[in-house]
Amino acid sequence: MREFMIHAIFGWYPYLCLIVFLVGSLLRFDREQYTWKTGSSQLLRRRQLSWGSNLFHVGILAIFGGHLVGLLTPIQVFDFIGISHGAKQWMAIIVGGIAGIMCFIGMVLLIHRRLFDARIRRNSSFGDIAILLLLFAQLVLGLATIPVSLGHLDGHEMVKFMNWAQGILTLQPGAAAFVADVSPIFRLHIFLGMTIFLVFPFTRLVHAWSAPIWYLGRSGYQIVRSRAAGPPAFAPGARPPILHRAQFGTPALKMGVTDRPQ
Amino acid sequence: MSHFLDRLTFFNRGVENSPDGHGVVTHEDRRWEDGYRARWQHDKIVRSTHGVNCTGSCSWKIYVKGGIVTWETQQTDYPRTRPELPNHEPRGCSRGASYSWYLYASSRVKYPLVRGRLVRLWREARARLTPVAAWKSIVENPEKRQSYIQKRGLGGFVRTTWDEVNEIIAAANAYTARTYGPDRIFGFSPIPAMSMVSYAAGSRYLSLLGGVCMSFYDWYCDLPPASPQTWGEQTDVPESADWYNSGFLILWGSNVPQTRTPDAHFYTEVRYKGAKSVVISPDYSEASKFADLWVSPKQGTDSALAMAMGHVILREFHVDRQAAYFEDYARRFTDMPMLVRLVKQGEHYVPERFLRASDILGSGGEANNPQWKTLAFDEASNTIVVPQGSVGFRWGEKGKWNIEEKESNGRPTKLRLSLAPIKDSLAPVGFPYFGNREHDHFLGTNHPGILIRNVPAKTLKLAEGETVVASVFDLFLANYGVDRGFGGAHLAKGYDDLEPYTPAWAEAITGVPRDQIITVAREFARNAEKTKGRSMVIVGAGLNHWYHMDMNYRGIINMLVMCGCVGQSGGGWSHYVGQEKLRPQSGWLPLAFALDWGRPPRQMNSTSAFYAHTDQWRYETLDVSEILSPTAPMGPWDGALIDFNVRAERMGWLPSAPQLQTNPLDVAAHAAKAGVEPKDYVAKSLKSGELKLSCEDPDNPKNWPRNLFVWRSNLLGASGKGHEYFLKHLLGTKHGVMNKDLGEHGKKKPAEVAWHEQAPEGKLDLLVTLDFRMSTTCMYSDIVLPTATWYEKNDLNTSDMHPFIHPLTAAVDHAWGTRSDWDIYKGIAKAFSRVAPEVLGVEKDVVLTPILHDTPGEIAQPFDVQDWKKGEVEPIPGKTMPTVTVVERDYPNLFKRFSALGPLMTKLGNGGKGIAWNTEHEVEFLKRLNGEVLEDGPTKGLARIDTDIDACEVILSLAPETNGEVAVKAWASLGKSTGLEHTHLANPKEDEKIRFRDVVAQPRKIISSPIWSGLESEKVCYNAGYTNVHESIPWRTLTGRQQLYQDHLWMRAFGEGFCVYRPPIDTKSVKPVIDRKPNGNKPVVLNFLTPHQKWGIHSTYTDNLLMLTLSRGGPIVWISEADARKGGIVDNDWIEAFNTHGALVARAVVSQRVKSGTCMMYHAQEKIVNVPGSEQTGLRGGIHNSVTRAVLKPTHMIGGYAQQSYGFNYYGTVGSNRDEFVIVRKMDKVDWLDRPTADQPAPLEAAE
Repeated sequence: MREFMIHAIFGWYPYLCLIVFLVGSLLRFDREQYTWKTGSSQLLRRRQLSWGSNLFHVGILAIFGGHLVGLLTPIQVFDFIGISHGAKQWMAIIVGGIAGIMCFIGMVLLIHRRLFDARIRRNSSFGDIAILLLLFAQLVLGLATIPVSLGHLDGHEMVKFMNWAQGILTLQPGAAAFVADVSPIFRLHIFLGMTIFLVFPFTRLVHAWSAPIWYLGRSGYQIVRSRAAGPPAFAPGARPPILHRAQFGTPALKMGVTDRPQ
Repeated sequence: MSHFLDRLTFFNRGVENSPDGHGVVTHEDRRWEDGYRARWQHDKIVRSTHGVNCTGSCSWKIYVKGGIVTWETQQTDYPRTRPELPNHEPRGCSRGASYSWYLYASSRVKYPLVRGRLVRLWREARARLTPVAAWKSIVENPEKRQSYIQKRGLGGFVRTTWDEVNEIIAAANAYTARTYGPDRIFGFSPIPAMSMVSYAAGSRYLSLLGGVCMSFYDWYCDLPPASPQTWGEQTDVPESADWYNSGFLILWGSNVPQTRTPDAHFYTEVRYKGAKSVVISPDYSEASKFADLWVSPKQGTDSALAMAMGHVILREFHVDRQAAYFEDYARRFTDMPMLVRLVKQGEHYVPERFLRASDILGSGGEANNPQWKTLAFDEASNTIVVPQGSVGFRWGEKGKWNIEEKESNGRPTKLRLSLAPIKDSLAPVGFPYFGNREHDHFLGTNHPGILIRNVPAKTLKLAEGETVVASVFDLFLANYGVDRGFGGAHLAKGYDDLEPYTPAWAEAITGVPRDQIITVAREFARNAEKTKGRSMVIVGAGLNHWYHMDMNYRGIINMLVMCGCVGQSGGGWSHYVGQEKLRPQSGWLPLAFALDWGRPPRQMNSTSAFYAHTDQWRYETLDVSEILSPTAPMGPWDGALIDFNVRAERMGWLPSAPQLQTNPLDVAAHAAKAGVEPKDYVAKSLKSGELKLSCEDPDNPKNWPRNLFVWRSNLLGASGKGHEYFLKHLLGTKHGVMNKDLGEHGKKKPAEVAWHEQAPEGKLDLLVTLDFRMSTTCMYSDIVLPTATWYEKNDLNTSDMHPFIHPLTAAVDHAWGTRSDWDIYKGIAKAFSRVAPEVLGVEKDVVLTPILHDTPGEIAQPFDVQDWKKGEVEPIPGKTMPTVTVVERDYPNLFKRFSALGPLMTKLGNGGKGIAWNTEHEVEFLKRLNGEVLEDGPTKGLARIDTDIDACEVILSLAPETNGEVAVKAWASLGKSTGLEHTHLANPKEDEKIRFRDVVAQPRKIISSPIWSGLESEKVCYNAGYTNVHESIPWRTLTGRQQLYQDHLWMRAFGEGFCVYRPPIDTKSVKPVIDRKPNGNKPVVLNFLTPHQKWGIHSTYTDNLLMLTLSRGGPIVWISEADARKGGIVDNDWIEAFNTHGALVARAVVSQRVKSGTCMMYHAQEKIVNVPGSEQTGLRGGIHNSVTRAVLKPTHMIGGYAQQSYGFNYYGTVGSNRDEFVIVRKMDKVDWLDRPTADQPAPLEAAE
């Protein structure tokens, strides 16, 4: 039974998550263009946002990059460059730890703001709050793996994860076995990580796909967008598109309920 | 194809770089932009407007998309003005633009709602009883009745069906009419001009029922009593375009850019043209920044300022040098040449009444109404003449009621202004002075109460012996303290003398530097002299909401009249407080008050009614002695204010509701049994005491108002002065009254009114409110009926600010379970006709009406005030007591009558303001236009009024303003009285008939009509008094001229014969509670002012979240920095304002704008958004009127006396409230009362 569970969670579940992640993102991008956005609440309240958001984003991008490179770079590459497993483990602990702490501070600020600022709370959807808490839980789990990692600084555990991740991506059956006996904290961390991919297309996280990185390499300052040929998206007189409710925001004031910052 | 695939263009980016490399041309997909384009696409645009008491009356484009109203923008298609005059458009403001929010807002009332406890009782009773019996079983059982009335305002509504609520209402109405009388069914709806048909729907139902329509203009204190006193006219003012014709504009207590936003452009434009502008306002208002000179007087002392300016104008333009234009104007258009009797009072004289033709031997040859014809000296012959035009010529004879310079016998005459050249003596005349009365918050001077000044006089041999007379002109100058060398006390040698009413004196009272006063007065008059009257004063609520508003206004009117400005383009008195101008009034009246079925309707002045029925009189603190003049003649001046009101009702001056303690449906039968005419029976029985007037015992359950309809109004959230008294006595629910009544104080009680030790709490059996939003009033109602919004119904709208009539139209169908007001009342009428036969059939209803202005009866009581109750005179209906009429009510056919134009229009004709005409032709026209009733019954063959558009057509067809043919008839009819030819004013438009579809296509300019005193032509803008000055039509006053001297006994007794300065009254509402429930914060006592607000009231209400977002999101009170420091208050603190009347909570706006000593709370801020509980009362908030109480003024009760006769919304007591002071205190703890009721602090014990 345990084996089956391991296989289901670390062997099959990743494919489910990846498919939903990719196909879901694609469908949402094509079908729900007006919902493709960050859902920023900066207009409603700046307080705590600059520190919180910047720390969070810097931290999480570093962590994400670290995981991406760390997990998916073939082991031979590290060997070729001459980075030992132990050194890589140390690097992951130090860089990940610093980024993790930044991200942690940022998220604490953001969560506090989202839950306890009445105006922000009232304008938050379930998804906004849930994804924030989910990421936070994942971050805490990630940080909690550091003490565990300190127990095997030679990096042999880390190699298991690289083997697993690369095994999954290269469609090798039995990749789940690599993580069958790692610390439960790692397993929980991996499971939650996959779950984040699963819910990704249904949350504001989709804005990650549209990070304006192309802007950095832009080729001109004055942009002329040529007039498109083809039919308009909405026939004249048709009902207006049903825009997502949060697009316009909901009024902050309701009868009897008030915004009372202390 | 796919947004994603389209982006996979890495091999062909399609990007072209511009030559210098700075630009790129892309070919990416742009369809996403269509979403934003579609945002501003729409299916149709419909014309409508905002049926709110906003004088703007702007026409709007309503955009509809997919059956939903999406937004609105200003209409721009008003008919153009003439060259050299700016156009009316653009008109509109942010408040109007936010209205569409209401249609789909959470506060929208979507279905009929009824108080849960009531409907449970109803369903239980209805299961076994017929409707009226079911209602009876509920309200006659004290426990059942109490169970729902005590929960008013505390929630508990349930949704129900139209059939059920209509039946409850019908049963309650039928029960009340049968048990107590139909005059116990009240209806309050204001400002018909904002949606005429919606108003008419309810008033037509009530009038057919015999119910009472309550007034609003006087209750709102928007009615300026100075206007009927001076001009015999409710209010008639220039349109805003006429500001552009002015050369000197004073804005006095009016905040044009904030409260007349769509019209303010004329004000800025005329300043570019070179007009000078002075703004007089205690606070630095939005208008103040437009001013060339901002004058900031102490609040409430405006009449002192006006008197001082008048003093300067008289001195420099009438005495030191007589400006020819001013002299000519004074002679022809004012009462200044008229003679006034002087009578001895101790050592000196006091002015008495006007000398009348009946006083002289042989009555000057006048057989008709000699008591009502005033006299003057002819300048050439120095003989006394009877000039044409006084009210005596208006009734009983034809052809001489005009103000051409002619004697009664047709000889030309030039009237003498001053008697100085022909005087027999210099008579010492006493003028009252009130500036010496003590007041905690207003400075006075220590001059004596009577100022003796000598006046040139003639001694005449009259029928009753020798009499001393003086001209109004000479008395008027003496009253102003202008020294003409005749001698007397306290006359001013120069402007720097501290004597009433010099600039130096005014500086002491108002705090305005004397040189400012002199400059403004001098330039105002100089401009008027050079331009023949193009000096204008725009006045407003800032002046008119004070107890002595008539003094503020008459002081200003005097300035305008001295300078010949009234009735001249670009000049005159521009009072803008409320959208009172119902331009097609005489077409609307028959529809609204069912004059086509029965006359007269029952109408009541609300101020007196609410004063009595919310028991505010039981708490009266103002003693008559505090306002009585030291020159008052001997008379019964004791008694409480309500005693004066009762006397006024008894003598036929003011209306009554309810009228008789006996059910008026039974009175006719009693008369028949006694074998006398009902009117004789009523007179006899009143005298014998067999019948009693209800006003003598307002707390007797027989005299309670039992049912109240409120529609198009937020009575309990906005206009209800003495809000907490409403809650306590009328509604019987939780309230915040902290006052003790006269009984508890052990003070003297009223003499004319029965005193009940235990005041009733909860007089109303049923409160029904119609609204589209859950207003404060709805929260307190028993039944809430959901109405169509202003974008969901058809109606008409006019204003005094522009000359157009334009519609409300249904842009979309009324949403959810809502109905238009017209359909709601039709539904109630139908249910009533079904239910009524259980207890009512065809009934004879005895109706009492006061003596009405603009009717032949207005010349009822020429000299003394005589009370039949005291045996001073016999009770004669229509002469010494109210008129008595029997009106037939066909209750089972009420609905049929409601929806057909009745036969009286053909039989009796139509008319208005004393002018009558035959209207058969229009009735025939309506039969063809609306179709005839085909169903059998009493209405078969009559014109239908089924829909709201049918109702609009009735108004438009019958009114001279919208039907040129009627206008010509009306002018011809007036011509018979004046003996002059007026039809040239309408002849060119005889064939013009404005119909509903016409105004839907474009707003239409109305047609000139004799109902109004201004003209609509290609040459002049609408300006009040224009036809009086240019067509020699008399003002509808006693003298026929602009009357600056008010000679009625009560006017003299209260010292207001001539205009004087009167300091605000002391309401004594602060001291008893100043130390109540201390919270450690320092109380500050401030004058409580309630101006029009910025983010609501005009075009929208204060629960509109879009508007609230622009302000502080809830109730606010403005206070000055100095006062805030005193109370330890910083901006945005929660504060409480309270006095004996109640308490309110709000956030403080601490601003340099505010004059210290005052605080301002924009009126009509709702109790339902962002309002915490009060520390004082333990109840939620309070509204601005929680700290006010109506105080009546006896001079407003005068009746039966030419222009001082009653008219609905025309004359009568007004609900002033600015003399009130409050304690402002920072709150210690803000309690949102968001716990279940049981946990809340116990509500205030009454009078603890």
